[in-house]
Amino acid sequence: MTLDVREAAETREAPRPRREVTTAFVVSRIAVLAVTAAVLLYAAPPLVASRSWAALAVLAVTAAVLAFLYLTRRFIPAKYLIPGTVFLIAFQVFPVLYTVSTAFTNFGDGHRGDKASAITAIETGSVRQAPGSPEYSLTVALRDGEMVFLLVDPKTKQVSLGTGEGLTGLSGAQVGVTGKVLSAPGLTVLKAPEAAARAQEVSALAVPTRGGVIKANGLSRAVEGRAALTYDAACDCVKGEGDVWKADESQGYFVNAKGEHLAQGWQVNVGFANFARVLTNPTISGYFAGVFGWNLVFALASVAGTFALGMSVALALHHPRMRGTKAYRIALILPYAMPAFAMLLVWRDMFNRDFGLINQFFGLDVDWLGQPSTARLAVILVNLWLGFPYMFLVTTGALQAIPRELTEAASIDGATPWKAFRSVTLPLLLVALTPLLISSFAFNFNNFNAIALTTEGGPFPAESPQVGSTDLLITYTFRLAFGTGGAQFGFAAAISVFIFAIVAVISAVAFRRTRRQEEVYA
Amino acid sequence: MKLALRHVFVLVVCAFALFPILFVISAALNPLGTLASTDLLPSGASLNNLTNLLTSDTYPFARWFFNSVFIALTASFASLLLSMFAAYAFSRMRFAGRRVGLLALLLIQMFPQFLAIVTIFMIFTRVTELYPAFGFDTVWGLMLLYLGGALGVNTWLMKGFLDTVPKELDEAATVDGATHAQIFWRVIMPLVTPILAVTALLAFIGTMSEFLMANVFLRDPESKTLAVGMYGMIAGDHRNANFGMFAAATLLTAVPTVSVFLWLQKYIVSGLTAGAVKG
Repeated sequence: MTLDVREAAETREAPRPRREVTTAFVVSRIAVLAVTAAVLLYAAPPLVASRSWAALAVLAVTAAVLAFLYLTRRFIPAKYLIPGTVFLIAFQVFPVLYTVSTAFTNFGDGHRGDKASAITAIETGSVRQAPGSPEYSLTVALRDGEMVFLLVDPKTKQVSLGTGEGLTGLSGAQVGVTGKVLSAPGLTVLKAPEAAARAQEVSALAVPTRGGVIKANGLSRAVEGRAALTYDAACDCVKGEGDVWKADESQGYFVNAKGEHLAQGWQVNVGFANFARVLTNPTISGYFAGVFGWNLVFALASVAGTFALGMSVALALHHPRMRGTKAYRIALILPYAMPAFAMLLVWRDMFNRDFGLINQFFGLDVDWLGQPSTARLAVILVNLWLGFPYMFLVTTGALQAIPRELTEAASIDGATPWKAFRSVTLPLLLVALTPLLISSFAFNFNNFNAIALTTEGGPFPAESPQVGSTDLLITYTFRLAFGTGGAQFGFAAAISVFIFAIVAVISAVAFRRTRRQEEVYA
Repeated sequence: MKLALRHVFVLVVCAFALFPILFVISAALNPLGTLASTDLLPSGASLNNLTNLLTSDTYPFARWFFNSVFIALTASFASLLLSMFAAYAFSRMRFAGRRVGLLALLLIQMFPQFLAIVTIFMIFTRVTELYPAFGFDTVWGLMLLYLGGALGVNTWLMKGFLDTVPKELDEAATVDGATHAQIFWRVIMPLVTPILAVTALLAFIGTMSEFLMANVFLRDPESKTLAVGMYGMIAGDHRNANFGMFAAATLLTAVPTVSVFLWLQKYIVSGLTAGAVKG
């Protein structure tokens, strides 16, 4: 079968015209193969060592595809697309898909690991000193470099050897008056300072016994503790303290008869519960519409404002007899050259009521960031300041790509400058820039920094401290999901999916309009 | 007359653009160095803040500066090349999945990236175990992460520009027997220098002030970038007292960006395409 396929492929390739083999062709092929091989050689050994076979398989397949792609003369577009796409998939698509998949789980605080690690955490977390158990006198020693405990029972003076595997009797040890072991055959006894230097190892060592563990309490005492809660595989439940917690696989918790659960849970699939919570939880869905409305206004005002201002300045400078364009350009680009996060913090201080620059300069006493309407105006203004130089730059770039003949032709035909702009320059600009405007909209729709570093979503009305007047969906949900209630990554991921859907739909509509435009003008 | 109006308009916008920067300069020169004592015009000129910043033991500013410039230059150059390749394919070639690919690029951009930060953190925890050279606290790991976003906006910007470059130019080259690689390097690349310059600048600026990812990624003081380091400078109680130092640092951070802009100025200004069409 395989043979047939190969023969078939060869006959198909035979009639293809052969191009001559140039030096550049050979050199580039060798370079690509060398880089692929180098990456493979670097990346493979650690994967083998850690037995990550799936990752190794992905790596091998990727390398094989790359080698094949750049050796064959076919698939020319792919040759140009693959380099960026590899990075895109590894560091954007994969994390996004991973996030989306966590939206269907309860991953977050209390639900980080699997069930086995939750049981371990519950059992070790409930360890108390066993009633009636002895408090051993502890001596730390080394056996072939491995740390062991020498435990002396205070009553019987019997010496035992405690290791990570368990407790065994030891004979021939010399015990001092304080109960410390002075020497033991085959062991190196550590002196107090030496033991203190390895205090972390000492506290980490747990000697398992029947029904509990012996752990160091300081450097010279050790006690046997018992887990108050133990897991019983027979009933799939945790027993202890006079109660029984049954495993509930739908919640990822151990729940008792009263409906209370233990703090430690595990990660389970919760289906659409997170999505349902966004829509049905009154504190979340109640404000959704209001925040969404302001979010739209903020994003649209940001895009329209920055584009209008940036384009106007670019057009004003785009004139053959305009003097000083170089100096203007530098002045106009400066807001963009300043580090954005730092300038956001500076703006916040300029809007300060008491010693802010704005109030001082205009002689006002306005609590800019303390009132809903002025706070909204302020963040839009700040965003305008931050964003218009970008629009100025890209419009300048696009303006230079528009042949001057076109506008010249328009003016020869008797068009007024405004008419020439409306029917020649602007459409051509929009062909090149609409995708950027859409991206800008998507960016501003989720402009976390612009809000988080200035108003932090505030001002917050007294009756509903959950949601502030300048909160975007993203800052609002960020606070709900990562805020005071503890990390709820699964829930946050579900909200991200909602935000993604909203932005994607809006942009898709805009994109369809662009396509029609592109067909008309391009 | 009309020219004068243009000047007035541009001057007003310039004033809007410059006054917060003037405030920062004033804060940087302010001898007291606190936020509360800063005015729009400097109340005195002193280099206290600058010397404090450069001699500080808590804030290794020079190290941060080097890290930032190195990451920004390397990452923006690499991402430019990657997105230029992609833009060439999208603009000049017709293949199955072209439209879908372009749309997918737009869509991926729209996912709120920073909510994927938990996932990215988990991925790089694993990477740090396997390949410490590309893990947390390294510039290379952060750079890989930045390259993941290379195809996004830049590809669209350059594709839009390439679409306005006449196809007759590469058709002529094809007739002369040029391969697709030769057309890319010899015909297209020289023509798109203006947009390459603009995009390089955008990529450089974006990387210089990227904060969110870098903040998660770089925890060791020596490996921090300017954005991460300076944010720590005015965090919490230090806000008022360190404001002068922070302002001085802000100004120094802007120096590389402004230099890159001045350096690229002549490429941005020259309209190479118009010349090519006439020739």
